[in-house]
Amino acid sequence: MTTALGTFKDRARKALGDKTLKTALDRTTGNARVKRAAAVAAWPDFDRARAAAAAIKDHALAHFPHYLEQFERNALASGAKIHWARDAKEACAAVIDICRQAKAKTATRSKSMLGEEIGLPDALAEAGIRRVETDLAEHIIQLAGETPSHIIWPAAHRTREDVSKLFQQHHRDHLLLTEVEAMVASARHELRDDFFGAEVGISGANFLVAETGAICTITNEGNAELTTTPPRVHIVTAGIEKIVATTEHALQLTRLLVRSATGADLTQYTTFHCGPKRAGDRDGPEEFHIVLVDHGRTQMLEEMPDMLRCVRCGACLNHCVVYRKIGGHAYGGAYPGPMGAALTPIFDGLEPSRDLPHACTLNGMCKQVCPVDIPLPTLLRDWRAKSFRQGFESPALRRGLALWALVASKPRLYRAALALALPLLRRRGKDGWIAALPFTPGWTQSRDFPTPAKKTFLAQIESGEQA
Amino acid sequence: MEENANSGGARQAPPKVGLFATCLVDMLRPNIGFSALELLRAAGCDVEVPKAQTCCGQPAYNSGDDASAKRLARQVIEIFEDFDYLVAPSGSCAAMIRVHYPELFHADPAMRERAERLGAKTFELLSFLADVRGFRPRGVSCKASATYHDTCSGLRELGVKAQPRALLAAIEGLEMRPMEGEETCCGFGGTFCVKYSEISDAIVTEKAENIVATGADLLLGGDLGCLLNMAGKLRRAGASTRVFHAAELLAGRALHAIGEEKP
Ligand code: SF4
Repeated sequence: MTTALGTFKDRARKALGDKTLKTALDRTTGNARVKRAAAVAAWPDFDRARAAAAAIKDHALAHFPHYLEQFERNALASGAKIHWARDAKEACAAVIDICRQAKAKTATRSKSMLGEEIGLPDALAEAGIRRVETDLAEHIIQLAGETPSHIIWPAAHRTREDVSKLFQQHHRDHLLLTEVEAMVASARHELRDDFFGAEVGISGANFLVAETGAICTITNEGNAELTTTPPRVHIVTAGIEKIVATTEHALQLTRLLVRSATGADLTQYTTFHCGPKRAGDRDGPEEFHIVLVDHGRTQMLEEMPDMLRCVRCGACLNHCVVYRKIGGHAYGGAYPGPMGAALTPIFDGLEPSRDLPHACTLNGMCKQVCPVDIPLPTLLRDWRAKSFRQGFESPALRRGLALWALVASKPRLYRAALALALPLLRRRGKDGWIAALPFTPGWTQSRDFPTPAKKTFLAQIESGEQA
Repeated sequence: MEENANSGGARQAPPKVGLFATCLVDMLRPNIGFSALELLRAAGCDVEVPKAQTCCGQPAYNSGDDASAKRLARQVIEIFEDFDYLVAPSGSCAAMIRVHYPELFHADPAMRERAERLGAKTFELLSFLADVRGFRPRGVSCKASATYHDTCSGLRELGVKAQPRALLAAIEGLEMRPMEGEETCCGFGGTFCVKYSEISDAIVTEKAENIVATGADLLLGGDLGCLLNMAGKLRRAGASTRVFHAAELLAGRALHAIGEEKP
């Protein structure tokens, strides 16, 4: 789609020329791949766990209304307030409304991809509410005025060296720190006052547990706990596909999610938030709001149900040859990589995002590593078919394919066409290679092409040759 | 498992195999077709090369043009459905027929059934030789070091991984070298490599570096499309690695690598 940074191809080209981006992506995704591989190798029967995880999600989705209602009942009983939002606008409005009633000037926020998806950062800014991102990577990109480029490591496009400069420029002490620990300490120091001063804390959710009405967050830095506990009001924004039947199911999925994301057995914090502070509790928010967001999910239930299993682990990004080269921003939507290419057409429409499902080699690595067995290549191929049917592909391509298929379905004509075309192509060859192909310059911009055979295989068979 | 004609006793009639050469082999590298022919015969098959074959329709399918893809799929089904097996020297064309034809005709029960029947007897060449025929080449030697790139469709859609290595292990003098990222896509992706040529180039550049880093004399694989991509990049980058389809080596026909025209 076209953003302020131009079309997908423009953005991809820019990314490909960015050396720092390459270093950052190689480091982050390379590490992630090595660690995930080790975690999977250490798991006695990963494929069975994967099938079980997919079944857990499919079960919840097959009984979507039942479990959502059960969740709502139990959450209400625990003292939570539930807000249903059909789309991004309603979701943001619900959050802003709660903030206004709480007379909030500052809202801390722990990382939530749903928040990005619904445009919550902009909505808060428009409402005049100061937003403080508390996840380290989100803090970095907030300082840089950027959006996340990875769903697990939002600052995957930035190197340590970059961050060091950014902190020197923006942090109160203006120190040039090079050690990671010192940088983390600086961020912690910077955020401390806001953790305790914010009136509202906003988080996402990894799971909505129907049997208890609790929401589960899985984090590493402890910032989520500091975002959701000290402020008087805690707001959760969650896509309705986060629903699972039981705590047991949530934990089973957690095992796969964390290993697939970082290769660790568990994150530092796995927290179940159930209702506001009760009489006698030592801490916790006085108000606990859960905004349940549809934003295309019920449409996906019809059109792309497999994608609703996604637990946002990021494994498909780390293993995608395209993502690894162009990074997340080139995709132009809230979600990048294979899962983003499948989701963005739902959120932003197919026509403006039609490049995303096409910019993929369909090599199947994403499907292989997905912990809930989402057939991403099939979903992307389906988008291509839809784009073709709806007439979004260029007339030249459509005519070209139709003509080629027509010729290829008439074997004699096809043979005659090859007998004509191949000698012409051969004439461009020198020492067995063609350095510039007609019609498909894309190939020979960066590769040579071997000179075609004098006579096709079938022509040689026909004339009884054995080469 | 598939029946093994070898194990059933020598008197069993040889299976009738239709060789689907694939459009790229037909146009660009007939030697792979001849290698397949020889290997299949050596493995005790009665092989025929149907004259009416053209292309499996994969470029249309992957471009979302289902109507054109169906047109070509129908043709392949008609040509090959009476053979005992359809064998192709390409993981991606074999996967197109075996896995994607039935999907393509999902709304047409009669065609879907025919597609499924053909799909069940469609094989990628190297896995057919190793798994179905229990074949090992005999008396082939090649004094060289080689590295193998697992082409994605064969690997992930058809489970082709151990078979080419088992076959190549029977070649005398051939030293196989593992490659970093041997299961990582080379950036070919059919029309992808021309539509998004700059991204494709970045991917194949990394692949070429990994190939060169093995120090192997030869790069082998089981899909001409991917091999063309890597060979073209290696050549442009000035590397001296010679590129062959594994079948050419197995058939003892690895004289001229891709781009080394027969004098
Ligand atoms: S599609 Fe699968 S691999 Fe990708 S983020 Fe979702 S769950 Fe993870």
